[in-house]
Amino acid sequence: MRGARPIDTEQTLQIAVTVNGESHARAVPVRMTLADFLRHELGLTGTHLGCEHGVCGACTVLLDGRSARACLTLAVQADGMDVTTVEGLADGDRLGPLQQAFMDHHALQCGYCTPGMLTTLTEFLRENPHPTAEEVRIAISGNLCRCTGYAGIVRAALAAAAALRGDTA
Amino acid sequence: MTGFIGTSVQRLEDPALLTGRGRFVDDLKVPGALHAAFVRAGHAHARIRGVDTTAARGMPGVHAVFTFDDLPRPLQDHPVPLLVPNPAIRDLRLPFALARSEVCFAGEPVAVVLADSRYLAEDAAEQVIVDAEPLPVAADVRHALDAGASPAHAGMAGNLAAHMTLAYGDVDAAFAGAHRVVQGAFFQHRGSAHAMECRTLLAQYDVTGEQVTIWAGTQSPHQYRDAYARVMGVGQHQVRVVAPDVGGGFGPKTVLYPEQLAIPACALLTGRPVKWIEDRREHFLTTYQERDQYWSGEMALAEDGHILALRGRLLHDAGAYLPWGLVVPHICAATVPGPYVLPAYRMDVDVVYTNKVPVTPVRGAGRPQAVFFMERMVDLAAAALAMDPAAFRRLNFVRPEQMPYRVGLTFRDGSATTYDSGDYPELQRRALARADWDGFPERQRAARAAGRYIGIATASYVEGTGLGPFEGVGVKVQRDGRVLLTTGAAAQGQGHATMLAQVCAGALGVTPREIDVKAADTGAIAYGVGTFASRIAANAAPAAHLAAGKVRAKALKLAAHLLEAAEHDLELQDGRVFVRGVPGHGRTLAELAAFADGVPGFALPKGIEAGLEDTTYFTPERASYPNGCHVAEVEVDVETGQVRLLRYVSGHDCGTIINPMCVEGQVQGGVAHGIGNALFEWMRYDEHAQPVTMNFGEYLLPTAPEVPEVEHEHLECPSPLNPLGVKGAGEGGTIPAPAVIAAAIENALAPFGVHVDRVPVTPDWLLERIEAAGGSTR
Repeated sequence: MRGARPIDTEQTLQIAVTVNGESHARAVPVRMTLADFLRHELGLTGTHLGCEHGVCGACTVLLDGRSARACLTLAVQADGMDVTTVEGLADGDRLGPLQQAFMDHHALQCGYCTPGMLTTLTEFLRENPHPTAEEVRIAISGNLCRCTGYAGIVRAALAAAAALRGDTA
Repeated sequence: MTGFIGTSVQRLEDPALLTGRGRFVDDLKVPGALHAAFVRAGHAHARIRGVDTTAARGMPGVHAVFTFDDLPRPLQDHPVPLLVPNPAIRDLRLPFALARSEVCFAGEPVAVVLADSRYLAEDAAEQVIVDAEPLPVAADVRHALDAGASPAHAGMAGNLAAHMTLAYGDVDAAFAGAHRVVQGAFFQHRGSAHAMECRTLLAQYDVTGEQVTIWAGTQSPHQYRDAYARVMGVGQHQVRVVAPDVGGGFGPKTVLYPEQLAIPACALLTGRPVKWIEDRREHFLTTYQERDQYWSGEMALAEDGHILALRGRLLHDAGAYLPWGLVVPHICAATVPGPYVLPAYRMDVDVVYTNKVPVTPVRGAGRPQAVFFMERMVDLAAAALAMDPAAFRRLNFVRPEQMPYRVGLTFRDGSATTYDSGDYPELQRRALARADWDGFPERQRAARAAGRYIGIATASYVEGTGLGPFEGVGVKVQRDGRVLLTTGAAAQGQGHATMLAQVCAGALGVTPREIDVKAADTGAIAYGVGTFASRIAANAAPAAHLAAGKVRAKALKLAAHLLEAAEHDLELQDGRVFVRGVPGHGRTLAELAAFADGVPGFALPKGIEAGLEDTTYFTPERASYPNGCHVAEVEVDVETGQVRLLRYVSGHDCGTIINPMCVEGQVQGGVAHGIGNALFEWMRYDEHAQPVTMNFGEYLLPTAPEVPEVEHEHLECPSPLNPLGVKGAGEGGTIPAPAVIAAAIENALAPFGVHVDRVPVTPDWLLERIEAAGGSTR
């Protein structure tokens, strides 16, 4: 019904989250997505929105270490949780092993899907340190990339797995 | 001079993008910005009787709601300008920034809401009431030319936007003398480009209200600047367009959209910065795409297997407007002859308006369809003559000694289509060898014995790329010794910054990492054209080469003066000019730049120009023609209709390769796009021209398990058209993929006699064909 206001769009709730090791306490609108909270409230614009319906995976972040779509998660749902975004993957000024492998193997072109690929693979490589190429492909099958045709990403993930295991290349 | 050309230099772009420090338009925060949400047409065709914005204007956080009548006068007088005119256009239709009195496709912008946040703007957009009277629609291009068909625009006399005939040679005589004639008819659909970042705009006028800066996710910032200035009646210097990081392009971000006029106009009207970030739903609804084409034709053959002539008809669904003219259907017709000696050719093209999203280039820009048509006809011909399809192609290829080869057509840049370089038989030989073409019959026998259906096919193509008019590069040594490279050549992931830095670095005796690239900012370089038609390497790289060479010459001249040495006794190495054999006697580039910057009040020495810099525009005399030969091996599951790619080989000749890693990345990504076109992507509309595939669950993009790692064979036949010998590499991966995959499926299903005459080849359609061929598997 036009003019009806079924929910109070102005309502806010107080939340406390840890993002990349830093604590934040904020009052946020209850309908604000986690992605918008990270991007526009905290200024962490590395998390990208590609579809806002949970398919493309560009906005993937880690919530208490598990991958989650920041576009389908409300900021208030992250209350009390530990959030890792792409900004939290580097080792100070040095690229982390997965990031370095992405650079070495041309696993990115425009870089828009890259943050979601990195977070997804960070979780995957922790759970599966000895993946096959086929397993990597399935692991990133929930992440769309229009530029690379995925081959460089698969190569990078395998190289990063080896580096993380301490294998010599 | 060319120290870094041909090496896989790591990309300068990567570190920022890998750490979340990229700067895409939506990442830019401007204080006081208003957020825009568009109210869009719900009907594919309707007359707008009125727009009631009262309720919306009273919503929380809303600053303004604008309709056509609120637009600045120039935007009421002028639609989005046509950037590529063509005299064949009979009845030109272009959209306005906001719909005037009629909407002609579902999604066309009718009003715009400006609010404190996107959330509030969308709330209010829902409260805008559009009083629309539905009009009959032109939904299916096959019926849009019928007598009595509903016009896509009210009052328009028929839906034919243009008719073109591209022809040469005596076609009828060739058919009269033919040994055999084969016929074919094909449906092709390509769908949307779907860059992962949707369209983006942020516009801000300065305090005078006379100077606007627009940050845009565009492939052609200078075209945008010129068009906005022209329409608004202001000087180019009053409009600055900047494309920061852009999350993929693939064509649709080249052209101009109503929103690109509306958003800066909103900033002008409100005196506030205005941001609009298209969401994926809007992208499905409104971002220009390639869509339905119906092809038919016949090929005349000589007894010895030579092609004598080809004639055909193309019916092209243009959608509701022609914002990029006739570029796509023209490229289609001009690309058909491909790598073959085709003595006579005629293609009749009907470009037809429908009440759907306009059709403008998507990666390949009509070439994939042309190659699909030609290669499917060639396969039919080879089958009719009982020849091996690869051997039939080889027999008909243009020979390397025929280069440069004039086809007989005029390409879209107005030049005579002239293939500049290439060795098509050799490239095919390499691709077939890599794919073990000769060993395939044995693989197929073994697979069939095991109840599996595998197939192989090859497809070759030639693509016109590197179109002019020009692209420019500025090279300036700064006082800290770093080199600033400026260019209008916008990038959307291709790695242009790295590629241009590679070209420049060798000439200046520095490494690519000592070069900063500022691209796609109309404030940084006067002219630019845009990133389309795989044209940047062939336009901007030669410009970088020439500009860097001139800066090098200036550096040597300056150093000769300061060192009191002859220029020919000097060397430039590691950022320093010194007297050969006396490394201690020299000047760094930083010192030379500081000298050329001058001292206030003091004259520069005679013959020395200000600044250690140069800007050069390179103008190719005509298009260059990369070519390739792809081989695909597929398996078809005849129970489910699923197609799996077992192996994919790309033979590719893009001339001199500047960065092999980046070129292979372009080919791999291009093939993935072609796989989407071959098997998955279909933007569907119902009989009312309402879009029905509106998310990534309904419209499928290829994901990692569906895309094999492409095996690359490179043949570098340098182009004579520029000093580096480069051609283009951005689209070749996509162009033959639908053709080769369709043919491989057909080969796999030979026991059922299935003919693949369309793309995309979906599982349900394939099962129907298998069953229709008497091969019921259930």
